Amino acid sequence: MINSTSFLIVLRFILLVLLQVLVFNKLNFFGYINPLIYILFLYWYPIKQNRTTFIILCFFLGLFVDIFSDTLAINAAATVTIAYLRPTIMRFVFGVNYEFQSFKLNNSTKAQQFTFLALLIIIHHLVYFTLEIFSFSNSLLILQKTFVVSISTLILGMLFSTLFSSKKE
Amino acid sequence: MQQIINFLIRYKIFLLYLFLLLISFIFTFQSHSYHQSKFLNSSNYISGSIYTFSDNITSYFGLREENNRLVEENKRLRDRLFNNILLEPSNIDSTTVDYEILRGRVINNSYADQRNYITINKGENDSIYQDMGVITDKGILGIVENTSDNFSTVQSILSDKSNINAKIKNSNHFGSLVWENTTDYNVVQLIDIPRLVPLTIGDTIVTGAMSSIFPEDIPIGTIKRFDLDNSKSFYFIDVELFNDMTNIGNIYIIKNLNRKEVLELEAETEANDQ
Repeated sequence: MINSTSFLIVLRFILLVLLQVLVFNKLNFFGYINPLIYILFLYWYPIKQNRTTFIILCFFLGLFVDIFSDTLAINAAATVTIAYLRPTIMRFVFGVNYEFQSFKLNNSTKAQQFTFLALLIIIHHLVYFTLEIFSFSNSLLILQKTFVVSISTLILGMLFSTLFSSKKE
Repeated sequence: MQQIINFLIRYKIFLLYLFLLLISFIFTFQSHSYHQSKFLNSSNYISGSIYTFSDNITSYFGLREENNRLVEENKRLRDRLFNNILLEPSNIDSTTVDYEILRGRVINNSYADQRNYITINKGENDSIYQDMGVITDKGILGIVENTSDNFSTVQSILSDKSNINAKIKNSNHFGSLVWENTTDYNVVQLIDIPRLVPLTIGDTIVTGAMSSIFPEDIPIGTIKRFDLDNSKSFYFIDVELFNDMTNIGNIYIIKNLNRKEVLELEAETEANDQ
């Protein structure tokens, strides 16, 4: 059981990195919209797992995407931030419920899943574009890019999560 | 002591987070001091191979267009050849040649970031090293930044770090080519041209002679719009690129054989100055 979970996580890791660098980094919709779809890794990651492993994994997830897209370590910084904040976000979205053994992402309402994903994406993108532009004279550009790219990631993320979610009973 | 250990255990997740964040910040800001981010770029073996694999598949879709461009360029070169614009072939031997041209292919391209890099399929094994110029048949593309055995990354002119000497064709008024409006990937900016220079929209901008990377007169683009900058004594010129930065395949890498000599001489002069 443990093995199949870890296998799934590793497989997801590799597929999401490849999907990100080979497909979504080349999308350039309207010139600059490249959804950062690899964040779904954090959305799908099992809740009852060791947090240390999770944060380290997320760091490497970001770093791999960075290496491929020549973005220094911006993705790593943004991803490790949301990895750290994930329990806080979950407590905010799902209430104390999520700490129970029986809690499953699939059992929560659509609205909760949406909010959870949206918060992950917005925080990630905010950190990402702040670091990318890194001059606060351009704060309008940061907000604009965060807003537009967040929406595109959110739409695609919802599509993917619906497409690949395990069946509800 | 017990308390310190307790503290560490209690906040270990937070400390781990800080630690990893610090590492990523170091990677991010170190690169400002030029080429220290040696391994954090797409010229390494793994990403290079994956990009080559993906390029092998996707390059088929653009073959016809690529062919047309090459034929077009051949035609232009033949025009020059028959009109004797070039030197006599007998003049070209290894002592008079200043530049060596190598060819390569783009295997990954980006233009939506603040600092865009292009990955090409030639590296140190093909004698590509840092600071060589990269052009296409239409115009300038960027400068080689990092190299590995078989791949290199090129800092595109679409980068806020890019700064290239450029001038107005058939004159000697030169300025710096930068990229300030970082959302428009077909327009770069030429700054530091004095206001007394007569300009017309549509004038051609080419590389200047001040660079030890690019030869003079490589096409860049045409003037799209110009205005005075804040100091009111220099122009701020929008240059529309000849290259479609979203669509590049075959490239040429320029090796300036005199570069080392020029740099050494300049360094020596500066050293004598002090």
